Amino acid sequence: MYGVGILKGMAVTLKHFVDTYLDDIYWSSRGGRYYNDKAFEVRQSLKGKGVKTVFYPEEKLPMPERFRFVPFLVTDDPPPGQNWGKDWCTSCGICAKVCPPQCIWIERGKLPNGRPKPEPVNFYIDIDICMNCGFCMEFCPFDAIKLDHDYELADYDRTTAHLFDKERLSKPISYWREIAPQKAAAEEAARTFAEQSKKKKKAKRGAEGEQEPAPTLNDEYARQLMYRGASY
Amino acid sequence: MSEMTLDAPEDEGAVTVNDNPVESAIARLKERFPDAVSDDPRDGYEGVIVDADKLIEVSEALRDDLGFEYLSSVTGVDLIDDGKLEVVYHVYNIEEGGSAVVMKAQTDRDNASLPSLVSVWPGADFQEREVWDMYGVHFEGHPDLRRILLWDGFKGHPLRKDWQEPFFEEEHKPFGSRWPGGSVARIEDSNPFGKNVQYPEGWLPTGDEYDVEIDMYPHEPAHREDESTRMVTDKVTVNMGPQHPSTHGVFRMVVELDGETVVSLKPVMGYLHRNHEKIGERNTFIQNIPYTDRLDYLSSMGNNLGYVLTIEKLLGSEVTERAEWIRILMAELTRIANHLWALGFLINDLGALQTPMLYFYLERELILDFFEAASGARLLCNYMRFGGVAYDLPDKVRETDTMTFLHDLIYENIPNVLDQGENLFVGNEIVRTRSIGVGVLTREDAIAYSAAGPVLRASGVQYDVRRAEPYSYYDKLDFDIPVRYNGDVYDRLLIRMDEMRQSLRILEQVLPHLKETEGMPVIGGKPQYAIRMPKAGEAYGRVENPKGELGYYVTAKRRDANPQRYHVRAPSFINLTALGKMCEGHKVADVVVILGSIDIVLGEVDR
Repeated sequence: MYGVGILKGMAVTLKHFVDTYLDDIYWSSRGGRYYNDKAFEVRQSLKGKGVKTVFYPEEKLPMPERFRFVPFLVTDDPPPGQNWGKDWCTSCGICAKVCPPQCIWIERGKLPNGRPKPEPVNFYIDIDICMNCGFCMEFCPFDAIKLDHDYELADYDRTTAHLFDKERLSKPISYWREIAPQKAAAEEAARTFAEQSKKKKKAKRGAEGEQEPAPTLNDEYARQLMYRGASY
Repeated sequence: MSEMTLDAPEDEGAVTVNDNPVESAIARLKERFPDAVSDDPRDGYEGVIVDADKLIEVSEALRDDLGFEYLSSVTGVDLIDDGKLEVVYHVYNIEEGGSAVVMKAQTDRDNASLPSLVSVWPGADFQEREVWDMYGVHFEGHPDLRRILLWDGFKGHPLRKDWQEPFFEEEHKPFGSRWPGGSVARIEDSNPFGKNVQYPEGWLPTGDEYDVEIDMYPHEPAHREDESTRMVTDKVTVNMGPQHPSTHGVFRMVVELDGETVVSLKPVMGYLHRNHEKIGERNTFIQNIPYTDRLDYLSSMGNNLGYVLTIEKLLGSEVTERAEWIRILMAELTRIANHLWALGFLINDLGALQTPMLYFYLERELILDFFEAASGARLLCNYMRFGGVAYDLPDKVRETDTMTFLHDLIYENIPNVLDQGENLFVGNEIVRTRSIGVGVLTREDAIAYSAAGPVLRASGVQYDVRRAEPYSYYDKLDFDIPVRYNGDVYDRLLIRMDEMRQSLRILEQVLPHLKETEGMPVIGGKPQYAIRMPKAGEAYGRVENPKGELGYYVTAKRRDANPQRYHVRAPSFINLTALGKMCEGHKVADVVVILGSIDIVLGEVDR
């Protein structure tokens, strides 16, 4: 019959229309539909019905651990009374070489005798060029460059404010542990593992007598290392 | 490639000299044209080199007598060491499937000229124009040989190896200035308004003799007199776009109208052109992966997959089992996400503005949530690597266990949204009136115009790369290739619904494998940041992307870290070849719907 299809389609719209109000009524006695963490979580999940909108900036979507945005440089936690910890970066240049849009500039340090010093003098990232691909993080052998979760980088001046130098890029390792706890733990386990096996090799090569205990890792870490590799 | 043809079922019982259809076709070609067709002598290369004078005859023989009637890809290669330009044609047998007959024709770099194959395959139209634009190969007999992606005032042919861009830094990445010196130099500071724009001699950027419409329809008389009524009518040329909401981006259609009826339509593109292929040839192999995301940015996982498959062919690397299942999971979820988007926009183009479109996006958002948790980005995923994928599946997606999330998504949410879609438009009288019989592309035309993907299958050709030349684990999966026969907008709408249902079927089979392989490695070997080719050669890898057949043609030198040639066979770009044909005789409003039914993404059209 002519018109049935249209009515069916309109029924779909009506259902969505009603759903938003049902949602409203359901949450009215439970702290409201908006600005309410519980309601927000349900709204964004598979079971979400009715309104799905995020009221940015009052509400923000939680970042998954792997979320990637503009890199930062990892440093040690600053010792008490100081602003900066030691850089993890050794200025090996792998990130600059693998970077697809070539947005990383590294000035390698020099020792007084002219030989390269494993430390960057300067480290620049042009974040307007950066395409957030995450290769620098993936291939850094020292876990020294990571991708950030902070995506609110709007500024008034593109030419100066968006050329990040070493100071602007550096963030302590505790920050990384905070935004990506699982990843940070897996990387730490991998580093310990590598260190231990190095020691073991050394011990084997050096003295036959003293045997260091074999590296022990708990199962969870071992599983992560095995199937994710050191790069997680 | 050879393994796949060997595994192909032989129930046909056809006795030929060679079981491999491609090899037997080539043998017969050589038999018929002993002087004009010869094997490609280079190591690692396949196919035949055809004499330029006999190119049309050989193509006709291939199409009419040997059953290779589908011209998939046309691309140029600059062989600067030999002083030659080469044009490579990939031709498929659409009935039998299998791999391509690769034809190559060579010409001198100076005064490069080859016969045009538009008379044999109209689908060569835009692709030959692209080769002319990028390499300066003049195609004799091409009906409309103009630049296509670049503008008329562009100087030079940029994909030639000796052409350099205005802010040229070095031939290959990584650039030496980045490390260890680390001197920051903003490229735009070095020369903001100097030599970055060049014109060919005699071309005036502000000259008033230049007019696109006149340029495009030069021989048409302005007035037309109807014999019977003695009425004189003016044909009107209208620019639809580039800034037009119906074009899904910056895309222009120059439409010649007789009243409301479309007499002729010519697409103009290139507004988003950034010469992806030149960038790709500057890049190292691994650096290209995130760039492929930016082609068809609605299905970046599929783009990644096609590229890594091609390079894996060159490298000969193994892919782990779990990685293969994850790849299929991602590819099929991408297909669903893309088709939901396409259908939403098609309804939007039909006049149901904005609201019904969003009903499709709710579930697409969930798929993107999953992509974000797995790869770190919603759209530009950069997830596949040579030999596997970058990361394993995440433990959780938005506080839900990943496997539970996927299970609910595949068994509940997506089927629900498909049912809802059926209620919304399948029986809807307005949709049916607007789309049935509109933009018809017949089976013959679809093949001749090299249409791919849903456009081809809606025209009655049951052709899908996942079946015709299976990659990954698709030969182990049970699914059907949907096909519809009317070739109009309504069928292209329905075929996308069918494909999503089939994708769900695949996903249902993939889930148990994901559970089984949990904990297994997702990438073979150690990830490397610098990959060098072990040997020289060429590879053409193709996947069935949501928009159609996505192919990558890559050639490499031995021990080289950069591709010599990197070409993308972009399905949306080639599907547009048939747009003019589909729109002829329809009303202006239908043009919008027909374009929507092709489902283009300008990132891929313009590259």
